[in-house]
Amino acid sequence: MQQHSTIRESGSDKAFTIVNYVILSIVLLIILYPLIYVVSASFSSSYAVLSGKVWLWPVEPSLDGYKAVFKNKNILTGFQNTVFYTIAGTLINVIMTILAAYPLSRRDFNGRNVFMLIFVFTMMFSGGLIPTYFVVKELHMIDTVWAMLIPTALSVWNVIIMRTYFQTTIPHELLEASQMDGCNDFRFLRSIVLPLSGPILAVIALFYAVGHWNQYFNAMIYLKDPELYPLQLILRDILVQNEVKIDMLGDVKTAAARQGLRELLKYSLIVVSSVPLLIVYPFVQKFFVKGVMIGSIKG
Amino acid sequence: MLGNIIAFKQYSITKGMFGSPWAGFTHFERFFNSHEFWRLLTNTLSISFYTLLASFPFPILLALGLNYVKNERFKKTVQMVTYAPYFISLVVVVGLLFQFLDPRTGIVNHILGWFGVDPINFMGEASMYQTIYVGSYVWQNVGFACIIYLAALAGIDPSLHEAAVMDGANKVQRMRHIDFPGIMPIAVILLILNTGQMMETGFEKILLMQNSLNLRTSEVIDTYVYKVGLVSQAMNFSYATAIGLFKAAIGFVLLIVVNQTAKKVGQESLW
Repeated sequence: MQQHSTIRESGSDKAFTIVNYVILSIVLLIILYPLIYVVSASFSSSYAVLSGKVWLWPVEPSLDGYKAVFKNKNILTGFQNTVFYTIAGTLINVIMTILAAYPLSRRDFNGRNVFMLIFVFTMMFSGGLIPTYFVVKELHMIDTVWAMLIPTALSVWNVIIMRTYFQTTIPHELLEASQMDGCNDFRFLRSIVLPLSGPILAVIALFYAVGHWNQYFNAMIYLKDPELYPLQLILRDILVQNEVKIDMLGDVKTAAARQGLRELLKYSLIVVSSVPLLIVYPFVQKFFVKGVMIGSIKG
Repeated sequence: MLGNIIAFKQYSITKGMFGSPWAGFTHFERFFNSHEFWRLLTNTLSISFYTLLASFPFPILLALGLNYVKNERFKKTVQMVTYAPYFISLVVVVGLLFQFLDPRTGIVNHILGWFGVDPINFMGEASMYQTIYVGSYVWQNVGFACIIYLAALAGIDPSLHEAAVMDGANKVQRMRHIDFPGIMPIAVILLILNTGQMMETGFEKILLMQNSLNLRTSEVIDTYVYKVGLVSQAMNFSYATAIGLFKAAIGFVLLIVVNQTAKKVGQESLW
């Protein structure tokens, strides 16, 4: 096909190719521009941001915004909390998902359809906000770290993806052969199934991690103690509710400068909070197709 | 799940879930008769319809375009960049919207200013709320949604293309008659599945973008439940649960109907 098309690149095909590249470039710019703007604004001076001088590159470069971010105690605590929630939460998620998905993938597991039905039903018909809140409350998890980890411990969607992966890639013969050699189920799972499931584990872990990193709503309703707040909740106060406390801005005196630094702080904060994920995801990107495809196939 | 029984009770904290007296369907009746009901329902449906319709074609077009890019580098770059917003948190996306659309300091109003347009308080305009919501949704999700179509396009038999080229078809014709039918099945499944999820509006984002000025078009069932149940001074757990249950029930029925339709059309269904 490659050969044919190079030989017979007709006029209309050339036009098509050009138009295609132009349109895609425009799409690229539309998506990229806000991201570039934020980064540029965060490195500019507060005056330049306020007066709208920044449009592509940083104007009057300065690090004031970042200084304000890293001087702030709330933001640092939030950052630590989020890192903890993300790592601990993802670990719990992945372990739970494997333990749920593997048995469901075994053909010799009696009653697996019943279990599957129960799992899927919770996906279709959720308990609702208020009842969920009561469950968490009755379990005395309000205002503890557990409220951030346990209610989201398992995503049925990911269980289905993982189960399908196990079913399609781990041949039944492998299990039979290992059983012949006296291998028990746990050992089989650990030494054979998991090493063969690298890509899917990476994708699922990434999905969970993204969920934890970006979680704000559970924190908002379950947590009262500011010491436990994740970064997103602090971001929400600053970015959305526009509650920047005066002491965050340090020793800036005039009202105008304060206003400027406030805007600058927002841009820097956006960069600081988003960069970790944006650095990690390209490494897992090549596995996306697999994860997404399996997810779309019937569960 | 079991907690939903408080929807049929007059819940009081002192008596607990099982001790509270039964209330039958009074909470449901109260909701159907309240003046909020129609506004909530229309907002919920219009936001989800709008999202569904707007977010459906763009990933397909992006995938079709990307499929004809021969320059691997360019292709990789476009993919990398378009996936990126998916990993940005909702809080940040909404924060970005606020920053860009700010009437005094936002870049959008600066640009409008060059053309002599007076600053617009975008977030305060109820009429613009849904468009802003859907626009930013597409911006955030178009790249990631396109992955699946790219995979489907990669699965199309190359011999079809070879034959078409032999017969003198140009790229537009090949796209129209080979690629497009090739990804139609998966597009239909996704559309049907998304229809089934229609009652699930992007609750967290809607809540973040809400303010008292745009409430007229931004209040949906989910945000109302949240406010009645957990925020308001006089919390009414039973009433809020009843509304939530009503929504879940509609969503469930919708999903089943949609799934049956999918089976009839001969496509793969969810179960």
